[in-house]
Amino acid sequence: MLKIDNLHVKLEDHDKQILKGLSLEVPAGEVHAIMGPNGSGKSTLSYVLSGRDGYEVTEGAASLDGQDLLEMEPEERAAAGLFLAFQYPVEIPGVGNMTFLRTAVNAQRKRRGEEEMSAGDFLKVVREKAKALKIDAEMLKRPVNVGFSGGEKKRNEILQMAMLEPRMCIMDETDSGLDVDAMRLVADGVNALRSPDRSFLVITHYQRLLDHIQPDVVHIMADGRIIRSGGPELALEVEKNGYGDLLTEAG
Amino acid sequence: MSETDLEVREGVDRETVETVQNMGSYKYGWDTEIEMEYAPKGVNEDIVRLISQKNEEPEWMTEWRLQAFRRWQTMTEPKWAMLNYPEIDYQDIHYYARPKSMEVKPKSLDEVDPKLLATYEKLGIPLKEQMILAGVEGAENAPAEGRKVAVDAVFDSVSVGTTFKDELAKAGVIFCSISEAIREHPELVKKYLGSVVPQSDNFFATLNSAVFSDGSFVYVPPNTRCPMELSTYFRMNAENTGQFERTLIIADKGSYVSYLEGCTAPKRDTAQLHAAVVEIVILEDAEVKYSTVQNWFPGDEEGKGGIYNFVTKRADCREARAKVMWTQVETGSAITWKYPSCILRGEESSGEFYSIAIANNMQQADTGTKMIHLGKNSRSRIVSKGISAGKAQNTYRGLVSMHPKATNSRNYTQCDSLLIGDKCGAHTVPYIEVKNTSSRVEHEATTSKVDDDQLFYCRSRGMDEEEAVAVIVNGFVREVLQALPMEFAMEAQSLVAISLEGSVG
Repeated sequence: MLKIDNLHVKLEDHDKQILKGLSLEVPAGEVHAIMGPNGSGKSTLSYVLSGRDGYEVTEGAASLDGQDLLEMEPEERAAAGLFLAFQYPVEIPGVGNMTFLRTAVNAQRKRRGEEEMSAGDFLKVVREKAKALKIDAEMLKRPVNVGFSGGEKKRNEILQMAMLEPRMCIMDETDSGLDVDAMRLVADGVNALRSPDRSFLVITHYQRLLDHIQPDVVHIMADGRIIRSGGPELALEVEKNGYGDLLTEAG
Repeated sequence: MSETDLEVREGVDRETVETVQNMGSYKYGWDTEIEMEYAPKGVNEDIVRLISQKNEEPEWMTEWRLQAFRRWQTMTEPKWAMLNYPEIDYQDIHYYARPKSMEVKPKSLDEVDPKLLATYEKLGIPLKEQMILAGVEGAENAPAEGRKVAVDAVFDSVSVGTTFKDELAKAGVIFCSISEAIREHPELVKKYLGSVVPQSDNFFATLNSAVFSDGSFVYVPPNTRCPMELSTYFRMNAENTGQFERTLIIADKGSYVSYLEGCTAPKRDTAQLHAAVVEIVILEDAEVKYSTVQNWFPGDEEGKGGIYNFVTKRADCREARAKVMWTQVETGSAITWKYPSCILRGEESSGEFYSIAIANNMQQADTGTKMIHLGKNSRSRIVSKGISAGKAQNTYRGLVSMHPKATNSRNYTQCDSLLIGDKCGAHTVPYIEVKNTSSRVEHEATTSKVDDDQLFYCRSRGMDEEEAVAVIVNGFVREVLQALPMEFAMEAQSLVAISLEGSVG
């Protein structure tokens, strides 16, 4: 599914290398977690994969189902099945959440040559999925993320994910700023979306999210590279001992 | 909000996004090849008399025009606006142009030159008396009600025809061209013409008073709700010709009317002058909604050609509880100089102004409103949304004035500017005068940019760049679009999208 090979990335405006030969493979149906200290390049990885401006790939490759991601515009990547749940979801004043979602869903459908969803069908589906995430109808009418609490914003990201039905979901520190209840809701939403042909890359600081979303593989990232990969027990090790030992070990 | 409302709105939103993808830039830029009759270039007393004579006007009207013309000769063009344009040579313009076929006035629409009818058809304004269905995509569950809109079509200097006249007449509503009103309803015209915008009001209004050729006239009798929306569609076709139309609307006691105005012009290399006057008189308990979608040719990307739009629009809430609502969507014109205003004379009268002004490429807009509170307990509300893109300059200029007698009056002003790109400008120039101690004026202003985070967020969800801008801008102007009648809201939304084409990337 997602294949990243020896990825080197620097900031466009500065001579600062952030990713330094990152390789990673997430097969279909698996949940992989990336953990790492601040400044290890986790968010950069998610932005580069989804196509944000400001980064320059100097070496390496990234593909989704064999399609070269780095050659595609952000909207093409989205239509190809890539989804990024933002760490800081963006506010768009005046644009109804529902309108935004429907525009996005239909933009992707159109790009893939599929028929667009009618207002009626859309409404039905979105209400169903919102209900499962405990998002009330009022929130669907409010402008995108404007005045949403931290938890509401993150649940809204998961709702978008549920509506867009991506193949590959990247979650960038979705747990940051969430209390335990909100985290559980988000995790439940994600777990409900797990399926044999959908993969997740869960980027997080802390192990606690992984209590709720069981990863198949945990990667530890430091200084722009994956320094160690392992099973869920790796996350527990980090939780217990911090990153210190792992970092020293990696040199 | 009911489900149906929501779906209808969804449909409207959808419309914009689709329009961006389906349409080219200025789509009304073609011209009609038709034999025209012109007055010689330039303006003098003979030209004023000629226009009056072409309209078969009575002597008093000719005199009124001449008086205005003499006044105009003593005036100078105002220069206080934040606008830069080459000197206008007022003697190098035709002040009258009409299709030859209109020489003998057609008695009904059946007699109008098919070429003219085809022009309006092509503009999407069929001059037939038919129901206009609200063709909202996704509104399957909405009640399929047909709405009638009566149209007065003005082509260069003359009114080509007015639809639904008979049906309106049954309700007592007079809707015709102003030239016809001068001939047929002189008592009303004499009483009200120039009573809101006096002959001597300003340079452009005075010029208009002297040389206006046609326009629309509306009279709604007491306690009458006009049975359909009224609209005037202005088309400037002839080259080197100015359009000077005059609109006069009178809402008698307890009446209601909603009036729409649309404008387009062909693409021409040379700039064209448009100086209109709109006067609205609103009597006790009456209400007028006046909506404009102005889409004159804005000039090309280098700023060549386009319409110079110098317009005076004013509503006089003359008696108690009179109410006016101006809604404007300004997407066109190379130069816009326009301040639809409200004189709130009546006690508890109210004025509202909702505006979207978009300036792209080399366009310049200096627009806003004036709320003159004269009556006690009068209310006004201003919501202005300015969008600048390309190298455009967009200025909001507004006056809120509370006179000594306008006690306990209120104004709320919200003035937001949105910048797209880094070569454009937004300016806000509010004037506030409060001459009593019990009134309250609130002013809020914001300036923001379509930021990269918002764009990326939208794109990461699958929208392309133009869809993303359309969505963001739509959100920005939402409040104003909601003030427009449904059919207009859709057109306006499309226009917003088209006007901003190519403004990103």
